Amino acid sequence: MDRNDDPSASAAIDQHVQQPYKYGWSTDIESDLAPRGLNEDIIRLISEKKNEPEWMLEWRLKAFERWLTMKEPSWANIRYDPIDYQAIHYYAAPKQQKKLESLDEVDPKLIETFEKLGIPLEEQKRLTGVAVDAVFDSVSVATTFKAELAKHGVIFLPISEAIVEHPELVEKYLGSVVPRTDNFFAALNSAVFTDGSFVFVPKGVRCPLELSTYFRINATSTGQFERTLIVAEEGSHVSYLEGCSAPMRDENQLHAAVVELVALDDAQIKYSTIQNWYPGDETGSGGIYNFVTKRGRCAGRNSKISWTQVETGSAITWKYPSCMLEGDNSVGEFYSVAVTNNHQQADTGTKMVHMGKDTKSTIISKGISAGRSQNTYRGQVKIMKGAENARNYSQCDSMLIGDQCGAHTFPYIDVRNSTAIMEHEATTSKVGEDQIFYCQQRGLSEEDAVSLIVNGFCKEVFRELPMEFAVEATRLLGVSLEGSVG
Amino acid sequence: MTKKRTPVAPDHYTQAFEQFVSNGAAQAPAWLRDTRASAIQRFADRGFPTTRQEEWRFTDVKPILRHGFVMASANDGRVTANDVRVHSIDPSIPSVVMVNGVFEPSLSEPAEGAGLSVMSLEQAVRESEELVRPHLMQHAQDATNPFVSLNAAFLQDGVFLHVKPQGAGAPIQLLHVFAADEGIPKVAHPRVLILVEAGASATVVEHYVTVGAGTTWTNGVTELVVRENARLDTYRIQDESVDAYHTASTWSWQERDSRLSNLVFGFGGAITRHDIVSELDGEGAESTLNGLSVLSGRQHVDYHTALDHAKPHCSSWEYFNGVFDDRARGVFNGRIKVRPGAQKTDAKQTNNNLLLSPLARADSQPQLEIYADDVKCTHGATLGPIDEAHLFYMQSRGLSREHAKLLLTYGFASEILNGVTLEPLRDHLDRKVRGRLQGEGEL
Repeated sequence: MDRNDDPSASAAIDQHVQQPYKYGWSTDIESDLAPRGLNEDIIRLISEKKNEPEWMLEWRLKAFERWLTMKEPSWANIRYDPIDYQAIHYYAAPKQQKKLESLDEVDPKLIETFEKLGIPLEEQKRLTGVAVDAVFDSVSVATTFKAELAKHGVIFLPISEAIVEHPELVEKYLGSVVPRTDNFFAALNSAVFTDGSFVFVPKGVRCPLELSTYFRINATSTGQFERTLIVAEEGSHVSYLEGCSAPMRDENQLHAAVVELVALDDAQIKYSTIQNWYPGDETGSGGIYNFVTKRGRCAGRNSKISWTQVETGSAITWKYPSCMLEGDNSVGEFYSVAVTNNHQQADTGTKMVHMGKDTKSTIISKGISAGRSQNTYRGQVKIMKGAENARNYSQCDSMLIGDQCGAHTFPYIDVRNSTAIMEHEATTSKVGEDQIFYCQQRGLSEEDAVSLIVNGFCKEVFRELPMEFAVEATRLLGVSLEGSVG
Repeated sequence: MTKKRTPVAPDHYTQAFEQFVSNGAAQAPAWLRDTRASAIQRFADRGFPTTRQEEWRFTDVKPILRHGFVMASANDGRVTANDVRVHSIDPSIPSVVMVNGVFEPSLSEPAEGAGLSVMSLEQAVRESEELVRPHLMQHAQDATNPFVSLNAAFLQDGVFLHVKPQGAGAPIQLLHVFAADEGIPKVAHPRVLILVEAGASATVVEHYVTVGAGTTWTNGVTELVVRENARLDTYRIQDESVDAYHTASTWSWQERDSRLSNLVFGFGGAITRHDIVSELDGEGAESTLNGLSVLSGRQHVDYHTALDHAKPHCSSWEYFNGVFDDRARGVFNGRIKVRPGAQKTDAKQTNNNLLLSPLARADSQPQLEIYADDVKCTHGATLGPIDEAHLFYMQSRGLSREHAKLLLTYGFASEILNGVTLEPLRDHLDRKVRGRLQGEGEL
């Protein structure tokens, strides 16, 4: 039986696919807004608001100067109307500026927002032992478990506070992985970033808690320019979770974040992301533009950086979490599920650059496209001359739901050392009608069968997620594609 | 040739074009002159590609621009029947000879039967316009490849093979001989058009060789048209001198239920860039595209392939193996494109690269671009040295390490060689591959 010819079956699938965005609402909190537009004065204003030292301001201004000479990249397989960079507010902060010690002091509306998302701070704190640094728009308003982390010498601060409190550390590492002139969006971020997290794990420390930050965008036409910097010293270990969900908006919003990771000898960093920003409506209007530069540097011997991402949101995603494997025997990993629906466009993948000897990397990418969306995997594996015995394994699978969408795979493999071994595999398929038939025959409804198959398709990536996120990831996949996910 | 030269500007070729059109080529019909003029215009507008362009990232054509190439003329008697005999794949396969891109009837063996007509392109343009015009330069696109424009601009002669419904019968070889000139860098723009009518079948071997010493540049374009239910088996052997520059494009266009098999072998050339584009433009069409390169020294080869599934129910299989020794470098870019509505497409692509020396390098870009949901598309790529476990296995059975390496490399090449069904050609290629690998010992 051809599923395309079965009206009830395609109706069921359509229904899964047509699920509206569940997390769309807006919380009324008065914002402290900078005027629209970008110029040196705005950058000075941001720097002043954040009480930044002089070197930080100079760093920003240099990035801005360079940004003015750069061109927006056009090589990605995405299409969008030109962005007016002068029509964006580059700074927005909830009015309440007072430092808070307990959650009771937090604006109840904000707490409510998080509760709607299903991630009440209190409960997470109690049940999972996760220290949560909630970023609401651009200013960090609640930080928990500070004392516990301080006991181990772990620094976990909003980056603006870290710049003030630990300027020597920030100055040493900021821009060391993603230089401020790296690309158009990184330069823009370097000039105007307002918040983000800073994590420093000292020598030999295994971070006792999973660190997580929830980013939310709330004020109209506010670009969020997050900057995250994680440094793991020799022999340390840290797992960082980042999750996102944005309220429904008509206007396109720009998000250009930069994430930098540094792992020294024997250190391990695990960075997990769930991204579920507003993808725009069924006609393709609205939605977030997510142009992110994420890069990790395995600077030391035996270091390891692992990226896991579940991308279901954003109108446009342009994101390539990368690993620079400099240290001998270092390991880079990339696990990704990217789901696009309606008019969403995603051009995402990774870059593994092998420089050290005996370096290893693994890439597992799962792309699911539905509706009229375009989902592109673009990845590069580069094995440099000195990377003796480097090893890479890449697997990129795509699944198509509906005949109006596209799934593309553009890997770049560049090997300059003959002792390196590199394998790449990619497949593209649809949800098999025989698979659905098999499940139905065993008593599953069509809906359950589809969700079972799609979840099975993503299993290899989901099992890399920390427990706390695995549940949410499955739920997000459900929201994006299906009715209920078993 | 060691002294640095300033690169030759595209003007060099636009001026050569002025000379070319005023010099004999003016007799061509108006439509052909118009096509040439617009082609040179497109070339002049875009110039030579640079590594900043996505399609040319891994192949730098600068070395070609260091020479002021002069158009090679037709055979002046230097290429003899003996040269043809030496380079012929096998005496059992009749040769159609082109010297410097110009059809040479005096050296060609008449292969014409009832089902096959072989003629120079110049003659075909004059006498069979109705057959030639709908296809000549209609399939080869120059959007990302200015070398195709350059070939079209200098289009004067070449060969036209017309396979009529009765079929071509015995296999035929197109022997492209480049007569090099010591001291004067020469360029030729060979053009081949093969038209296989509905239900017909043909086997054609394209063989590129160099005679004499000197810098040469072959800039060829081959267009293949396979009509409904027809079948075409083509082989292309690039065995020019290791100093030769070779830029080429093969464009095929297939109708409903047609079969095309294209096997490409690369041994020669300092820099080779070959674009192969197959458009499956009728339901049920099938296309096989296999390739093998065996390179050493400082040779560079770049295969850019695209299998364009435009209609439903088409299948394609692509398998490219590369063996790179010394400082040789291989580039592979393979794209499978499934257009909207091309349901039930079945496409499989594989690219394996064997690096025999620490300085050899390979780049692979297998790409899938898919706009239909009910398809089966896969690609796989591997790069690496000979598997240590395999070597150990053979050594533990008493083979020397060198011999084991040789045997495994030959086995790797055999994956492609075994696809050659034309027996004399298979023997020829087998000898060729063994000869290239056998630096260190008996195979």
